[in-house]
Amino acid sequence: MKRMNMDSRSTAFIAGAVITALFVGMALLAQYWTPFDPRVLLIVDKLQAPNAHHWFGTDQLGRDVLSMIMLGAQTSVGVAALSVAIGVFVGVPLGLFAAARRGAIDELVMRGNDLIFAFPALLLAILMTAVFGPGAVNAIIAIGIFNIPVFARVTRAGALQLWTRDYALAARVAGKGPLRISWEHMLPNLVGLLVVQGTIQFSLGVIAEAGLSYVGLSAQPPTPSWGRMLNEAQTLTALAPYLALFPGFAVLLFVLGLNLLGEGLRRRAGRPS
Amino acid sequence: MTAPLLEIEDLCVGIGATGIVKNLSLEVHAGEILGLVGASGSGKSMTALAVMQLLPESAAMTGTVRLRGETLTGKTDVQMQSIRGRDVGMVFQEPMSALNPLMRIGDQVAETLRLHRSVSALAARSAAREALDLAGLSGEQGALDRFPYELSGGQRQRVAIAMAVVMSPPLLIADEPTTALDVITQAQVLLLLRELVRARTMGLVLVTHDLAVIAQLADRVAVMHQGEIVEQGATTELLRAPRHAYTAALLAAAALKPKRAVRRAGSSEVLQASGIIREYPRRRRSLWRAAAPLRAVDGVSLSVHAGETVGLVGESGSGKSSLLKVILALERSQGGQVRLLGEEFSNATGANLHRLRRAIQVVFQDPYGSFDPKWTVERLIAEPFFLLNAPPLAAERRRKVAIVLEQVGLSAADAQRLPHEFSGGERQRIAIARALITEPAVIAFDEAVSALDVLLREQILELLAQLADRLKVAYLFVSHDLLVIRAIADRVYVMQGGRIVEEGPTESVFASPRHDYTKALIAATPKLPVN
Repeated sequence: MKRMNMDSRSTAFIAGAVITALFVGMALLAQYWTPFDPRVLLIVDKLQAPNAHHWFGTDQLGRDVLSMIMLGAQTSVGVAALSVAIGVFVGVPLGLFAAARRGAIDELVMRGNDLIFAFPALLLAILMTAVFGPGAVNAIIAIGIFNIPVFARVTRAGALQLWTRDYALAARVAGKGPLRISWEHMLPNLVGLLVVQGTIQFSLGVIAEAGLSYVGLSAQPPTPSWGRMLNEAQTLTALAPYLALFPGFAVLLFVLGLNLLGEGLRRRAGRPS
Repeated sequence: MTAPLLEIEDLCVGIGATGIVKNLSLEVHAGEILGLVGASGSGKSMTALAVMQLLPESAAMTGTVRLRGETLTGKTDVQMQSIRGRDVGMVFQEPMSALNPLMRIGDQVAETLRLHRSVSALAARSAAREALDLAGLSGEQGALDRFPYELSGGQRQRVAIAMAVVMSPPLLIADEPTTALDVITQAQVLLLLRELVRARTMGLVLVTHDLAVIAQLADRVAVMHQGEIVEQGATTELLRAPRHAYTAALLAAAALKPKRAVRRAGSSEVLQASGIIREYPRRRRSLWRAAAPLRAVDGVSLSVHAGETVGLVGESGSGKSSLLKVILALERSQGGQVRLLGEEFSNATGANLHRLRRAIQVVFQDPYGSFDPKWTVERLIAEPFFLLNAPPLAAERRRKVAIVLEQVGLSAADAQRLPHEFSGGERQRIAIARALITEPAVIAFDEAVSALDVLLREQILELLAQLADRLKVAYLFVSHDLLVIRAIADRVYVMQGGRIVEEGPTESVFASPRHDYTKALIAATPKLPVN
C-alpha cells in the first residue's frame, strides 16, 4: 500500500518535471527555430484547420499557430521567471531581516507587505500601463511586486522557526550577529522551501501573464503571447475553435505541470530542517 | 496461579533486514507492574507498539500476542480499534504531542469513552470528570474546560493518563511516561500510576531506560538488550544481584556514582554573577496600565572558580534557563552584573565582547537541534573561531578540530561528515568539542545529558570529568536531575521560583539539606536499593 503511494507520488513528480521541461525547452528552441515565421502574414493561408503542414492550423492573418504558441511560451516563461526573480531578490532578504530583527522593524516590514497584498495586481498593472505605456517589462514589474510579500512571508515564517533551534543560539555564542546567522544558517536551510514556493509563484506568474496580455497590458504585437492569442480567437470561436483551444490548453498544461512539480518537490523536501 | 493478562510469545519485529525485536516472550498478570528496561534502540518501544498493533508500516512482525487469552495478532485494523483504549490504554513520553491542542481536556477524555460506548454527552462528561479526578486534576479550577497549553507538563501527563484509564482497561502500557518531566512531577506521576494499578488490579507495562524509575514502581523487571530479553525476575532480587553483565552496566549507570574526587576550588573567580534580575514583558490586559513584567530571575548571585564544577539545580520553570541566557550575554538583564575573568561581560560590546566570549562556551540539551544540518562537523566545531581576531586557516583549522575531536573520543576522520550521520551520544560529544575549541575558562551545560539514556549519560559524564581534570576548565552545570548534579558537581546552587534558596558543597547539601525545597527535591529523586 505504502509502496504504491510512493510510486504514484513520484509519477506525478516526474510528469510535472517532464511537462515543465517541455515548455521551457520549447521556449528556448523558439529563440532559434520555429516551423514558420509568425511575423510574416500570409493572408492566403488564413484560418486553416490543423493539418499535416500546419499542425495547429493558422489564424485569421495566416500565421502558424504552433510557431506562435512556441514564441508565446518564451514570453510566458520570461515574464514568470523574471517576476519570480524580483520576488526572491527583494522578498527573501526582507523576510530574513524581519525575522532576525523582530520588534518594530519586523512589524514595519510585514505591514508594508500587507499593504502590497491588499492591492489588486490588475490595478497596479493598469496604473503602470497608464504611466509607462504597455509592455512586457511593466508586466514583469507588476507581477514581481506581488511576489515580494509572498517570498517575504514564507522566508520570515521559516526563519522564525529556525531561530528557535539551538544552533542559532550556538552561533550567537560564537559571536555572530543576526544578519550573518541569517546568511550562513537560515538561508541554506530555507532553500528547499523557497524552491517549492518559487515553482508555485512561477505557475501563478504564467496565469497572471496570460491574464494581463488578454487585456492587452503585457507584451505588445508583434511579440506573440498566449493571452492575446486567446483574446483574438474570441471573435472567431464559432469559425475556428482550435484558435482558442491551443493557447488555452498550453496555459492549462504548463500550470498543471508546474503545480505537479511544486507538489513533488514539497513532498521530497519534507519539512524545512 | 491465574492465567496471565498479557502473553507475548516469540515476538520478532524487523524493519528491512534489521531485526529490532528477536524471539521475545513475556507475561504480565493482572495487578502486576512489569518494567521493560533497556538503552535507546534496544527495541523496548517497538515491543510496546507491537502489543497495540501500531508498528510502522515498514516493520514486519511474527509471533503471538494474547490479551486475556484472545489473540491480537492477525486482527484487522478495524477490530484493533475497538480493543485499543477499551482493553489496552497507552501513555506516551511527550504529553504535549499526545493531546489535541485545540480541544478542551474534558472533551478529549470524554471522546475516548464515546468512541467505544454509545453514551450520552452528559454521562461521558461525568465519566471524564471521574477519570480526571482519579488522575489528580480534580482540585483545579474548571479542570474540564481547560486547553492543553494552559497546563504544565505534569498536568498534561495526568490528562494523558486519564484518557488511558477512562475505559478502565485491564492493561496499561506506559512508554517513558516520566522522561520529559522534572523529578518532583516524576515522583507524583509514578505514585499515581502505582495507585491506579493497585486500586483497579490493572496490569501495567512500564517502558523506560532508567532502572531507578523501575525500582520505584515495578514488581518484575525484564531487561532488553539488542532486541532480546537478557534477564528477567522480581525487581528487588534482580536489582540486588543482577546476573547478566548488561543489567549490571545499566544498574551502575543508573546509580550515578560521583565521577571524580571533589576538588577544592582555586582562589580566582572566573565567572561571577551578582544580583541578576531578568524580567519578561507580559501581554497588557488594560489599555491604561502596562502589565507587571514576569520576573523569571530575581536577584541571583553565583560564582564559579577556576577549574571548579558548579551545579545549578531546580525544576522546570525555576528560571535556570533564563539565568543561563543572561550569563552567556545572549539576553540583557534588567539588573545585576556578570563578570568574566574579572571584567564586565554583561554590557561588553564589539571587540571586547568577542574577546570575552572566547572564555565562555556552552553545550545545549538537544543533540538534534544543536547543529545546522547542512554543515560538516569540521565547520560546526570551528564556528567559535569567529571570535578570534585571526581565525586559523585551512590546515591549521583542520589540525585544531582534529585535536578536540580526539579529546572527546571521536576521530579526526569524523570532521568531514554531517551531523545526521551521528547518534545522540556522539552528537553530544561534537557539541562538547565545539565548546572546547576556543579553550574557554568556563563551559556552561544546559541539561546537557537529559536527553540521553542512562548508559550514554554515564559515558558523557565520565568524559566531562576527565576533560575537567586534564584541561582545568570550569563547568557551570544546569540540570533538573539531582543525581546528575551530585555525580559531577563540586558545589551546588538550588534554584526555586527565580531565587537561589540554598548553596554549598555538593556532599553537605545532599547529606543535610536545610531548605524545604531541597529536601523535597531529594525525596522525589528515584533511588536504587543500596547493596
